[in-house]
Amino acid sequence: MASLSTRIVIRATNRELDIPTGLFINNEFVPSADSPNDLIHLVNPATEETICSVAAGSAKDIDIAVAAARNAFNTTWGKNVTGFERSKLLNKLADLIERDQDILAEVESLNNGKPFKIARDFDIGDTIQCLRYYAGWADKITGQTIEVDNKTKLAFTRHDPIGVCGQIIPWNYPINMWAWKVGPALACGCTIVMKPSELTPLTALMLSKLIAEAGFPPGVVNTIPSLGSVGGAALSAHMDVDKVAFTGSTVTGRKIMEAAAKSNLKKVSLELGGKSPQLVFESADLEQAANWACLGVLYNTGQDCTAGSRLYVQDTIYDKFVSLLVSKAKELVIGDGFDEKSGGGPLVSKTQFDKVWRYIESGRAQGAKVALGGQKRPGKGFFVDPTIFTDINANMDIVRDEIFGPVLAVGRFKTEEEGISLANDTSYGLGAGLHSNDASQCMRVSSALEAGTVWVNQYNLLNNNVPFGGKKQSGIGRELGSYALDEYTSVKAIHWNFGEKLDWPL
Amino acid sequence: MPSAFTHEFNTPAFKGKVSFSTGLFINGQFLDGSDKTTIDVINPTNGKVITSVSEGTPKDVDLAVDAAHAAFDTTWGLHAPGAQRSILMSKLVAIMEKNADELAALEALDNGKTFNWARNVDVAGSIDCIRYYAGWADKVTGQVQETTEDKLTYTRHEPIGVVGQIIPWNFPLLMMAWKLGPALACGNTIVLKPSEFTPLTAIRMCHLINEAGFPPGVVNVISGYGNSVGNAISSHMRVEKVAFTGSTLVGRKIMEAAAKSNLKNVTLELGGKSPNIIFDDADIEQAVNWAAFGIFWNHGQTCCAGSRIYVQEGIYDEFLKRFTEKTRSLKVGDPFAPDTFQGPQVSEIQFNRIMSYIESGKAAGAKVEIGGERHGSEGYFIKPTIFTNVDPSMKIVQEEIFGPVGVVIKFKDEEDVIKQANDTVYGLAAAVFTQNLNRAINTAHKLKAGTAWINCVNSLHSNVPFGGFKQSGIGRELGEYALANYTAVKSVHVNLGHRM
Repeated sequence: MASLSTRIVIRATNRELDIPTGLFINNEFVPSADSPNDLIHLVNPATEETICSVAAGSAKDIDIAVAAARNAFNTTWGKNVTGFERSKLLNKLADLIERDQDILAEVESLNNGKPFKIARDFDIGDTIQCLRYYAGWADKITGQTIEVDNKTKLAFTRHDPIGVCGQIIPWNYPINMWAWKVGPALACGCTIVMKPSELTPLTALMLSKLIAEAGFPPGVVNTIPSLGSVGGAALSAHMDVDKVAFTGSTVTGRKIMEAAAKSNLKKVSLELGGKSPQLVFESADLEQAANWACLGVLYNTGQDCTAGSRLYVQDTIYDKFVSLLVSKAKELVIGDGFDEKSGGGPLVSKTQFDKVWRYIESGRAQGAKVALGGQKRPGKGFFVDPTIFTDINANMDIVRDEIFGPVLAVGRFKTEEEGISLANDTSYGLGAGLHSNDASQCMRVSSALEAGTVWVNQYNLLNNNVPFGGKKQSGIGRELGSYALDEYTSVKAIHWNFGEKLDWPL
Repeated sequence: MPSAFTHEFNTPAFKGKVSFSTGLFINGQFLDGSDKTTIDVINPTNGKVITSVSEGTPKDVDLAVDAAHAAFDTTWGLHAPGAQRSILMSKLVAIMEKNADELAALEALDNGKTFNWARNVDVAGSIDCIRYYAGWADKVTGQVQETTEDKLTYTRHEPIGVVGQIIPWNFPLLMMAWKLGPALACGNTIVLKPSEFTPLTAIRMCHLINEAGFPPGVVNVISGYGNSVGNAISSHMRVEKVAFTGSTLVGRKIMEAAAKSNLKNVTLELGGKSPNIIFDDADIEQAVNWAAFGIFWNHGQTCCAGSRIYVQEGIYDEFLKRFTEKTRSLKVGDPFAPDTFQGPQVSEIQFNRIMSYIESGKAAGAKVEIGGERHGSEGYFIKPTIFTNVDPSMKIVQEEIFGPVGVVIKFKDEEDVIKQANDTVYGLAAAVFTQNLNRAINTAHKLKAGTAWINCVNSLHSNVPFGGFKQSGIGRELGEYALANYTAVKSVHVNLGHRM
């Protein structure tokens, strides 16, 4: 039978720690109810060594977790707890994460591969701010009073918590994606069954421990590591889950929405893939645009839903800009997350590694030119170096499909209209960027780009209080900002008649 | 060098030592007043001097305004993003929590309210309030409006700048929190004058503000008198907004000074003579308990006190009997004794004023059901007092007494009692007791008051707005509404293509 915790050693920092490996239900770590020997094995993507194994939850475990979440919603959470109390607990959770930031960053780096400093200062730094931001919303969920007829009726709305929420998060920003989901859900009074990615569940389990330590009542947050096809599917089809929120691939997003439709028409919000374009106009500050372009496709080793994976450069500055871009991209050092020199880590898994290489090969095969990279590294670890393709056309796979690696496709355009048209030629609509010093052009182009987030003279930088989400097939709903509260709120309108008498028959 | 207040508390409710400088707080430092004078702080249980604090003058107000402007232009205002302001305010909350008992003890010593009330309402409420507004700091959003495709129009909700805040003596720390919370959340810098009767907790807060790490000059606190420091603030040409809580009389002066100087924006929380209407079908026991709380809590020194109690004739006798009994059970005495409900009134001036209202009631022919006299022979204690057999023209029915003195009036007709309830220049609060919710809502909607309580009185929350109709005030505090008082809206029109 799987034990409920295990000791791991992080050689690079000389740290030994016990990690919970069970399922987290009702504030306790427990084994699977019906498949106690099923395990998920976790791999260090820099060394390809096994880190440890955790329990793999089954559909029955999801059932039990949902029941625990429902019970908490009916008794100790939901309308039974004040916004002030929810606020206090979320702030306490943020404090605990701040206290444990180094340990959490080390495990995040070990499991996901990203550089330790980035995990701590960005992933975890943003996470702490995100939870504090939503702690501030918890006692500010207001409805409206609406004038109908002052002599007879009081009409008002209540913004009730939706209820039990299934949350399914990805492996690219394990801790930060956890916070984006947990923050607004708890602020609104919902309870949670969380399914972390089967590739990177370790920090979600450590954060579950902090949930208990912060003082959240049992059942408010439950964590079931499991395979997507098991736990994720069970949550999306569950008749007693009121809402499912998912971040991941568009392919899986469709399955989740289908399952929701076929079961109890639960509410669905989706953060899916992207093939986000950046446009560099001739008036742009080329140095800066090249920097932002590099950040756009190379940050997190390209494993970012808003990765700026297509770049279109205006004719008149094309040669100058591309050579600038290539020389900057070359400077990024991809290496082990615990190596000080690493600006980016390995890809998260063999599957991802193989997928990215298939795309690099297809780029070559379909006639694109390799301006940088394209060489496989020998040795252990899923490392892929920055790769830039030029001379692309709209039919190539590397231009249409989401690659999710440090691979950029660069094209050119002549007029503003052509640039916009190329940028919008995709079924995705998550992010977009434009670089120009012409203010009116910035306004026209940002207006025309079909994306949920448009960056002007910047890329990839988000703020917890600004909403984020996709147009078209990149998603449904918004995260962050006050907008995320709408995803976890169910509006009830109350018509209170105090003066109208009804005649019958009419 | 300003002196320090050092005191050893050795009471049943609290034991501990305090020691802190009582200077003016300007630019992060504690200073003597320019005239080097001081104001005595009196213990209202015995009239003796506790300590003295530095006295500010208009010159000190100038210095504070300069410091506040400098901070606004460099380390606060638009230079400190909301997330950063939020963090500092949260730090202040944590430090207040650590010092909660001490703050409550200082409040009880200075104001005379009991330690228990100070700890469980004043201090707890202050902490809640700052925590609530810390959460707003990074959520002050403007709008984008749709006009035409060749234009982008949006609003920015910017901080106003340097704001003046003048607070009263009835809830010294809580009133400071109600003022600081929204002002800081929106990015303003502050020059605050605590009441000359109760400066201690405000000054102690300055030390906590330093400890939290607020940049110097963001909050400045000038102890002093209304007609010098208060007036200097309201008429200052470089203070961009003034917020005042206190008497209607002084509120007028402040608004006048604002008009005559730089037309600074004014918000006022003034007096009240709030009605409490109790219908025949009310839960009598609850009505009695809430009515007592409504008028006697905080020694009646509450702007929203339910001081006119209208009882429908069907339950009048039973209500009066029980209300008198309840009042009799309220213990008056040492603020630091665990079972005391009511301490002394805050000052000799207030004591004399209340006693003179009591005398006027007696002289006009009203009946004293209970109380109506001083309690004990030392300090400013007054017995909880109920008048009946009153006439609407009597001073005790028309004017705000601000003491533990309630008038009980019998009524018959629903329409008539609402008229009587609204027959006042004030409009701060009102309460209705009835089991018939339709009637409750109907009545609440007809009462001309900024807060209408149904089956409760004196019940407030940091996230629910509070303020007056009519001569009880201008503007709202608490809730999201308070942010509007500390925000300057700028509309930005970006022309993208319209050529002239």
